[in-house]
Amino acid sequence: MAGIAKKQNTAFSDENLSGRTQQLYFNPTEEENYTYYGNVEVDFNKRTSIDCTDLEARTLNQKIRDVMKKGYGTVVIKNPGAKHSLGVGILNKLNVIFEGSLGYFGVGCIDGPTVRIKGRVGWSCAENMMAGKVLVENNAGSCFGAALRGGDLIVKGNAGARTGIDMKGGTILIGGNAGAFTGFMMQRGRIIVCGDVSANMGDSMYDGMIFVGGEVKSLGSDCVEGEMNEYEIRWLEQKLNNAEINSKTPVSKFKKYVSGKKLWNYDNLEPSERKGILG
Amino acid sequence: MCGIAGVINRKKTVNVGEQMRLMLQGIKHRGPDSTGYAMYGKPKKDGFILRFKVSENAAEKVNVKPEDPELLKDRKKQIDTIMKQHGAKITKQSSSTPYAFRYEFSYKSENLEELAKAIETVEKAEILSIGKGLELIKDLGDATTVADQYGLNKFMGTHGIGHTRMATESDVDIKSAHPYWAFPYQDVAVVHNGQLTNYWGNRRVLERSGYRFNSNCDSEIIAVYIADKMAKGINLEQAMHDSLDELDGVFTYIVSTKDQLGMAKDYMAAKPMVIYESKDVVACASEEVAIRNIFPHEIKTYDPYEAEVKVWQV
Repeated sequence: MAGIAKKQNTAFSDENLSGRTQQLYFNPTEEENYTYYGNVEVDFNKRTSIDCTDLEARTLNQKIRDVMKKGYGTVVIKNPGAKHSLGVGILNKLNVIFEGSLGYFGVGCIDGPTVRIKGRVGWSCAENMMAGKVLVENNAGSCFGAALRGGDLIVKGNAGARTGIDMKGGTILIGGNAGAFTGFMMQRGRIIVCGDVSANMGDSMYDGMIFVGGEVKSLGSDCVEGEMNEYEIRWLEQKLNNAEINSKTPVSKFKKYVSGKKLWNYDNLEPSERKGILG
Repeated sequence: MCGIAGVINRKKTVNVGEQMRLMLQGIKHRGPDSTGYAMYGKPKKDGFILRFKVSENAAEKVNVKPEDPELLKDRKKQIDTIMKQHGAKITKQSSSTPYAFRYEFSYKSENLEELAKAIETVEKAEILSIGKGLELIKDLGDATTVADQYGLNKFMGTHGIGHTRMATESDVDIKSAHPYWAFPYQDVAVVHNGQLTNYWGNRRVLERSGYRFNSNCDSEIIAVYIADKMAKGINLEQAMHDSLDELDGVFTYIVSTKDQLGMAKDYMAAKPMVIYESKDVVACASEEVAIRNIFPHEIKTYDPYEAEVKVWQV
């Protein structure tokens, strides 16, 4: 290798440089540099339960983390009592069962767990979920799956207004009806509604798909009907089966709605401006 | 972001004061400024219950100057005289604070407009409610503080509504606190969560037709609006349906009358409401935690959709 100097400027370094640099700051004494944050080994056969009657959200969420570190893979939460912000920020594979209803912001910002909620959820359930599966056995409130990024979010009953607002990926499956402004400003991902949808569905949607089994009261601005192909029918069938939802409408009668892309004006932008929008 | 709640017990008299206190305490975090109750006891066969105040609560951290207690007593005396002049006979009176009073009185007619207007000619006097069953209590502080202050923990009745307020549009004082009584219609009260954007336009129209406004709080207009509709002979449910088109903004409100409880939600479905319905009782609140304070076991609840109006009978 004579004559060619090895490149040094992209290496780890414990020197804390200011300004722009390719060098990565690395603290060799920090434990988290050698593990993946929030990730622990769990055994799904190890089961434990937590009674939430007298616990605040913060204490319960800490307890879930503690039992996860001990290797428990299945956590049953008793008496959640519709409290807010329960089970948020779980960044690991975990089986979580809530034996009751959750309040606002239930299981938000999660990445990986399989959650079953034997009750109802309030507003903004599974907000910003990255991956995993959440199944709600009863109804859901408004802003269900707001800013969803991945995973499956399932409600067997009805969902409220603004379901899947600003979603950027993943799938929302609704066994019953959905409220007004479903799929409002959605950017990617899919919403499946077996029942009816209220006014202004898919208003200002950028992209993504909405499948509806029942009636749509009215379409929002720039939402149009699309054509279904056989792959989508097969996908719908399988997806609903996995979600334990029996749709009254046969899957072949579902209708698909997509963005008309009339509101798109990316073409008018300079290439440098365009970069920040879809990236 | 205010919290509203309502409960109606069907064909049964229970401790509705405690029910409401528990519910409102559960949604205290939605609004810590003031709490109000409008509750319905057993309707009186003859006579009315009057709740009024002659001054504001000059609590700490509130922009209200305390007034001379003698002045308050004098205002009360003036009201007594006015009521006597109008032929209203006071049969019972009590007060929990120097500024708020509860009277029971008998009156010759069912139309209370003249009497109510006469009482409010006294400086700073405001009628909180008049009704056969309705008692409207509002003050600064959380639900338990107000309930303890006014002894509401053993209020027997059938239904009630309540409100915890976070002041966004007007001052922190009793006159801007909810619920609002639909002056001068007996036994009608309103609580509201949201903002009304065509408040001033509507207010001017209603003021020109002779309605009084005590505060600059946008929610007061709903009470006056409902009162105006009822004066025109429109029933509660229809009036609430009309309000969806005529009131603009984001809102969810609950109205109660002597035997009804109704809720309405705007077209945007922007403000929350959770409803629990069973054979004996219907409870609705901004958040499920409020309802779960009176029903600790698992219950089946749902959110109403946009532009929905629901009315329940006692």
